[in-house]
Amino acid sequence: MSEQAAYRPGELEAEAQAADNRSRWMLALPAVVIITLAAAGPLMVMVVYSFLTPGDYGNVVWKFSLEGWMNTLVQRDIFDDTLIWADAHLSIFWRSFSLSLITTVLTLIFGVPTAWFIATQPPGKREFWLFLITVPFWTNLLVRTIAIQELLRSEGVINLVLLKLGIIDAPIQMMFTNFAIGFGMTYVYLPLMVLPVYAAVDKLDFRLVEAAHDLYAGRWTAFRRVILPLIKPGIIAGSILVFIPSLGAYVTPRVLGGGKNLMFGNLIELQFGQGRNWPLGAALSLMLMAAVMIALMWYVRVTSREQSDG
Amino acid sequence: MRHVLAAASALALMAGGAYAKELNIYNWGNYTNPKLIEKFEAETGIKVTITDYDSNDTALAKVKAGGHGFDIVVPTHTYVPIWISEGLLAETRPDQMENFKNMDAKWVDVDWDPGRHYTVPWQWGTTGVVVNTKYYSGDINTSAIFLDPPEELRGKINVVPEMGDVMVMAIMYAGGEPCTDDKEVLKKVHETLLNAKQHWLGMDYGNLEKFAKEDLWAGVNWNGSTFRMRLQNEAIAYGYPKEGYPLWMDSVAVLKDAKNMDEAKAFQNFVMDPENAALISEFARYANGISGSEAFMPEDMMTAPEIVIPEELKAAGKFNGTCAPETQALYTRIWTDLQK
Repeated sequence: MSEQAAYRPGELEAEAQAADNRSRWMLALPAVVIITLAAAGPLMVMVVYSFLTPGDYGNVVWKFSLEGWMNTLVQRDIFDDTLIWADAHLSIFWRSFSLSLITTVLTLIFGVPTAWFIATQPPGKREFWLFLITVPFWTNLLVRTIAIQELLRSEGVINLVLLKLGIIDAPIQMMFTNFAIGFGMTYVYLPLMVLPVYAAVDKLDFRLVEAAHDLYAGRWTAFRRVILPLIKPGIIAGSILVFIPSLGAYVTPRVLGGGKNLMFGNLIELQFGQGRNWPLGAALSLMLMAAVMIALMWYVRVTSREQSDG
Repeated sequence: MRHVLAAASALALMAGGAYAKELNIYNWGNYTNPKLIEKFEAETGIKVTITDYDSNDTALAKVKAGGHGFDIVVPTHTYVPIWISEGLLAETRPDQMENFKNMDAKWVDVDWDPGRHYTVPWQWGTTGVVVNTKYYSGDINTSAIFLDPPEELRGKINVVPEMGDVMVMAIMYAGGEPCTDDKEVLKKVHETLLNAKQHWLGMDYGNLEKFAKEDLWAGVNWNGSTFRMRLQNEAIAYGYPKEGYPLWMDSVAVLKDAKNMDEAKAFQNFVMDPENAALISEFARYANGISGSEAFMPEDMMTAPEIVIPEELKAAGKFNGTCAPETQALYTRIWTDLQK
């Protein structure tokens, strides 16, 4: 070996490279193992379960069946046995999907100015503002959601103040409405938008903005043509971070929306719980994953194309 | 600092070691009187840990998955046959235990556990309607409160998302029997529920303080929970639907793979003592199945309208059986449709 190495020093280098690679792999190994076990393992279980027959009292029977997958989209009518679209599943999916879109847009509207404000503070003060953004994460999600209830309820803070000021003369029904869900979701997911956008604005070279103004760009043009393309990676990251968990969100809509209308997450839970149809539940959750993947691929493609066009 | 930590962990270890015996109870949330547990620990020296669940299905799924570490579970009567047939319960023979003599005779030969070979009564109650009488003064002994709501209550109604109870009430309102698979009846149920839903505000659990603070004015609820609401707001009343309403009983069972079998059996025997059974009721405000426990209960339990069923409405209360899986599947479809 050493003899060879003496003749071909390139090989020695390659050897060192390989060793280096190996040690890097070794360092990454724990993470890889955890991801494989925690993500791929259960996923495989779900795939297998989605092709089995539901057990009488939950669980699955080891008998192949396409019923679970078929029932995500079409079902036999309860009363006359004809095949019909599973409109309940589709409308519940649409509800979750549109809620996620609205949440993403709202967090963008509130998050981008917030991130901009923080990033343009003097360096010493930024930490303080960032610290404030993370404060909600210190408390459990359920506790925060229930705290929002105290604000929104008929005898809650908002209604009491409005009544005292004489702006309204009867409490406004805010709890258990779509407004309450939107309010709660925006609050819960706002930090996930602010942080990546902040990181992008922080790196923004403000001389470029000045240059745009020097070249007679108005404030809007400078924002659209210079700032937006530069902070776009942050906005993309923030949107993904908000959109995906919103799709599966289930505590906030349930507690603030009153649980009258199912979210997709609740629909899946129903199949694994009271519905006792695990294959359908598994198929529905895989369908949700597929929808997320398609939406993501589309989003990344559209936004990156715009970027190269711009 | 390190010394302090070391001392603290040593203390913690010692404290842990003080209890040689342990018992892990898996029960509904907000359902177990801490005083009952303190008494059991003091009398037996067994350290008790309680874990909460929020539905029978959650409990069943978790225990079936294995590795749970629980010794005791408290399923509702409709689920007891499932637990038994799935081979999850130990046949502990409560009927041969010392305190069995205290069990009210009417709870011994029950459909879900004839002769009580597996389970011991924890609490029993009814599912009915709750109404804030400040806002509605008409007849409240009817499921029309939530299935065909009076004008005054519309938009302020909450229905607990308990498929079994709500379906049974809607089926009996439509003139059917619990667990029916009669398509005509179910069609009517489907229509009634979908029509009624536009008048509901929510479908949620744990609404004690929302009723007390009058965010909600009416709905489907359990009797003991309504009792606790009334203690916070006097205008709240409980109705027994004359069209029919479900009776239920939750029972203490021991899991087959319990690690602390003797401790679990001791607990089953313990809750059949009248004084201890009274503690259970004092907290969650439901009746128990133990004779003589009345003597130890708070005065207001004897006369509470949520506990004492009016004579003329007694017959309307029914214990529903465990529905066939195919029927259950139909109900799930209607239930999903209701919430789409």
